[in-house]
Amino acid sequence: MSLVPILILAVPGVLGLVAFFGRGPRLLRGCLLGGAAAHAALVASLWSGSAGRGIHTMPGLGVDALGLLFLSLASLLFLATSLHALGELAPDTTSRGTADARFVACLLWFLASMSLVVLSQHFAVMWAAVEATTLASAPLIFHHHRREALEAAWKYLVLCSVGIAIALLGTFFLGIAASSVPGQTPHLSLPALLSLAGGLSHRWLEAAFVLALVGYGTKLGLVPLHSWLPDAHSQAPSPVSALLSGALLNCALLAVLRFYQVLVAAGDGAFARPLLLVLGFLSIGVAAALMVGQRDYKRLLAYSSVENMGVVVVGCALTGPAVYAGLLHAVNHSLCKAALFLLAGNVLRRYGTTAAGGVTGVVRRLPATGVLLAVAMLAIGGSPPFGPFISEFSIFSAAVAGPSPGLGVLFVGLLGVGFLGMAGVMLPMLQGVPPAREVTPEAPRTLLAPLLLLAAVLALGLVIPAALDQHLRAAAVALQEAR
Amino acid sequence: MNGNALDLAILVLVPPLLPAVIARTKAFFAGRRGQPLLQPYRDILRLLRKDAVYSRTTTWVFRAGPLVSCATALAAGAVLPLSASRHAGGFSGDIVVFAYLLGLGRFFTMAAALDTGSSFEGMGASREAAFSSLAEPALFVALAILAINARALSFAGTFGALTWSMWGWNAPVLLVACLAIGVVLLAENARIPIDDPNTHLELTMVHEVMVLDHGSVDLALVQYGSAVRLFVFGALFLHTVLPHLEVSHSTGAAILLAGELAVAVMVGVVESVMARLRLPRVPQVLAGAGLLAAIGLIIQLARSAR
Amino acid sequence: MTAWTDLGLLGVIVTDLFVLSTTRIGACIRALTIQGILLAVLPPLLHGGPGTSGQLVITALVTLLIKAVVIPRLLSRAMRDAEVRREAQPFVSMHLSGLLGVSLVAFAFWVGRALRLPIAVASDLILPVSLATFFVGFLVLVSRRKAITQVVGFLMLENGVFLFGLCLTRALPFVVELAVLLDVLVGVFVMGIMIHHIRQEFDHLDTFELASLKE
Repeated sequence: MSLVPILILAVPGVLGLVAFFGRGPRLLRGCLLGGAAAHAALVASLWSGSAGRGIHTMPGLGVDALGLLFLSLASLLFLATSLHALGELAPDTTSRGTADARFVACLLWFLASMSLVVLSQHFAVMWAAVEATTLASAPLIFHHHRREALEAAWKYLVLCSVGIAIALLGTFFLGIAASSVPGQTPHLSLPALLSLAGGLSHRWLEAAFVLALVGYGTKLGLVPLHSWLPDAHSQAPSPVSALLSGALLNCALLAVLRFYQVLVAAGDGAFARPLLLVLGFLSIGVAAALMVGQRDYKRLLAYSSVENMGVVVVGCALTGPAVYAGLLHAVNHSLCKAALFLLAGNVLRRYGTTAAGGVTGVVRRLPATGVLLAVAMLAIGGSPPFGPFISEFSIFSAAVAGPSPGLGVLFVGLLGVGFLGMAGVMLPMLQGVPPAREVTPEAPRTLLAPLLLLAAVLALGLVIPAALDQHLRAAAVALQEAR
Repeated sequence: MNGNALDLAILVLVPPLLPAVIARTKAFFAGRRGQPLLQPYRDILRLLRKDAVYSRTTTWVFRAGPLVSCATALAAGAVLPLSASRHAGGFSGDIVVFAYLLGLGRFFTMAAALDTGSSFEGMGASREAAFSSLAEPALFVALAILAINARALSFAGTFGALTWSMWGWNAPVLLVACLAIGVVLLAENARIPIDDPNTHLELTMVHEVMVLDHGSVDLALVQYGSAVRLFVFGALFLHTVLPHLEVSHSTGAAILLAGELAVAVMVGVVESVMARLRLPRVPQVLAGAGLLAAIGLIIQLARSAR
Repeated sequence: MTAWTDLGLLGVIVTDLFVLSTTRIGACIRALTIQGILLAVLPPLLHGGPGTSGQLVITALVTLLIKAVVIPRLLSRAMRDAEVRREAQPFVSMHLSGLLGVSLVAFAFWVGRALRLPIAVASDLILPVSLATFFVGFLVLVSRRKAITQVVGFLMLENGVFLFGLCLTRALPFVVELAVLLDVLVGVFVMGIMIHHIRQEFDHLDTFELASLKE
């Protein structure tokens, strides 16, 4: 049992090496699909274990409810997108074998590094893992060597590296805070910090949180620090965009939440909450405003990610039931956004442009994709039968019931702007007359994953499975002061 | 003979020796024998015997220039404790007086140069003003470091605090102060790599071009004054570099003389192994020294605030 | 011992300001090399003693290898490859950036005093110097246009953090210290690859010209 977390890291890591050094299209495909399936199976086996109670395998590595939640999301999305990622590989493998090998290897290493982020129970290990996700994903963005993609990847790499360096400073500040506990050797492991939390120096703890919020917040795309995100998420190949938005943002969120967890345990959560609220609302508001009249539909989706991460952060910062709802929204957003990016990839493949103005009549030309896109748009916008409705409504009601109901009104108003912005761009794309008359059949391979993801979003809107509920509750407890 | 009289005698008599030592050092590096050590004295005496010629366009400012610059250099030397750091003339604030005396001398040199109306001399004055506007802050900041380090505004207190243990504790700051004073020493005395006193092309000169029109007694004063200036800066540099020692006056005087000779040799070595910097690079070097001194000041302030 | 660490830390600040006030990229890389050497030497000077642990020595050697040998080589190769020598038109003039640098150093000392360390340290300069290196690195990063100089700025910023971590906290496990170094190395490697591709696609390294993506 305790070997599973190590295998979760080792399988994609080793398969990445095999893909990097091995040649041949079959080997690459095998590595990618095999890695994705094996990873998913290993993660699934963790769910059978008892929820909430941590599993610790070795120092610095372990599984808790929060980690398992995000690990499962990453694994599920990777499995879903790996089918699409195969489509990014060159059809004739003779010409671009090296580039494809690098692509597949980086994808697998990306998975391994994301798994390490969520499995790490040590702040320094987590830092190294987050940096590794940046390094593994940057080559994925400029896989096709287009100029814009290169530009986006450079911004992504530099900005996130700087952000992560700031986060490292925050991590060291945490170490200083920990060394103020008399009679204890300074430790950066999460369980040790949580148990010592009462004695930590508040001044250094707060400074550490601010640095971590700025540092990991850059990676998370919170608003004053988001400038790289729409570029990178829109220029990456669609399956990579899906992973960046759906899985990587969660990892960055987790990193921020870990610091928040320590602050809460130290009884200093009141310091962090206003900061999180301000950044969260800024993200929702600015992203919603930029979505209105957006000319590039992949950028639109990227801004929607910023908006939804803002929603999650706001949820976590409002205490009570909102924390549960915020985490649930992270799940919903991941599933939804991955589906959206995969569908956008189908549109891009057929129309050859990411300009919203260059796309019309998707429903006629690509009926299945078009319908699914409409459904996904409704879902991410928070329409009733889907999961995001439940999570956003819970956050809203928690805010209204809380000390400042005005926040709830603001929340709904900004979400409304975002929804209108998205609909205003997407509906003209879906309707109208397609430029070419022919209706070519769509490959089932390109529809299966979005269909299943959207089905899951729908299911989450109707009923929340008991196991998920249990984990969400455990995770929400960790992010709030004991009452 | 009491200590202060000894100091004064050294200050008046020894300076012209230094240019000769520098010249001998450079001659040694060039494989020549060089001028006799007493040559500057002979030059000055010869100039004193000559009659002066003044242009009709010049005013009293032109005549005051050499006089004031020589007088201020001597006065600055009198303010500075020379052979030992406890001396009778010290008072709180003498550091500031010292810096301003040197500034006053420079101002009159520049004013005299401008008074001639010659374009070359005006150019030299403009360069001198530009460079000293960078060198002076560096000097001031370095002196401020020393003053804050000792929590005293007099040379006696400042140098008295520079003990061995202080060097052990505050080495980076003191090192920075020494470096800055060293650079300012080269700049203020028109030495390579900032300026070349022996060049023959007026276009590249800074300091020498300002005194082209002076002759006879005036030129003697200029030459003597610049030697005194070098001596004074050398003493300042020595007191900063050498840890403070409790010694008798005569030993102190011996250390001072040996140190001044060493400084002169050092300047000669620098002049021999380095080329003069291109003019646009000079402000960079001086600004660099200023930046370095500023860093030292920041560290010093942070340390003494605790 | 303190005097030597202080001098080393002074050297770090001097290299910071040097990078800030030169336009020659080659000189920047050399200054970075010196900083790497200082970074390798300082922790053993601080924590070392008669019972110096092997881990301290290994960390120092690996730091020396990565920060003073491999990374400067990668950068020099990128510079030769891209045929850029000078940071021609920085956003902030050299004089101004020198002054800004001194102000940042002063700010770092002020912050260092405001944040009182709860632990005893060997030198009072470590905290301010590491913060100053961090700030100056940031300034280089945002005020220069060439991709290589930006990498230099990033590395200085990272050096500041690294200095802080190595000298002040003993909380890092040995393996993680090596992982941090490895991350930086791979980061510079990936950046080097990207610089190569940018050069090929755009024929220049001016990141200011990378501006096709915006609202």
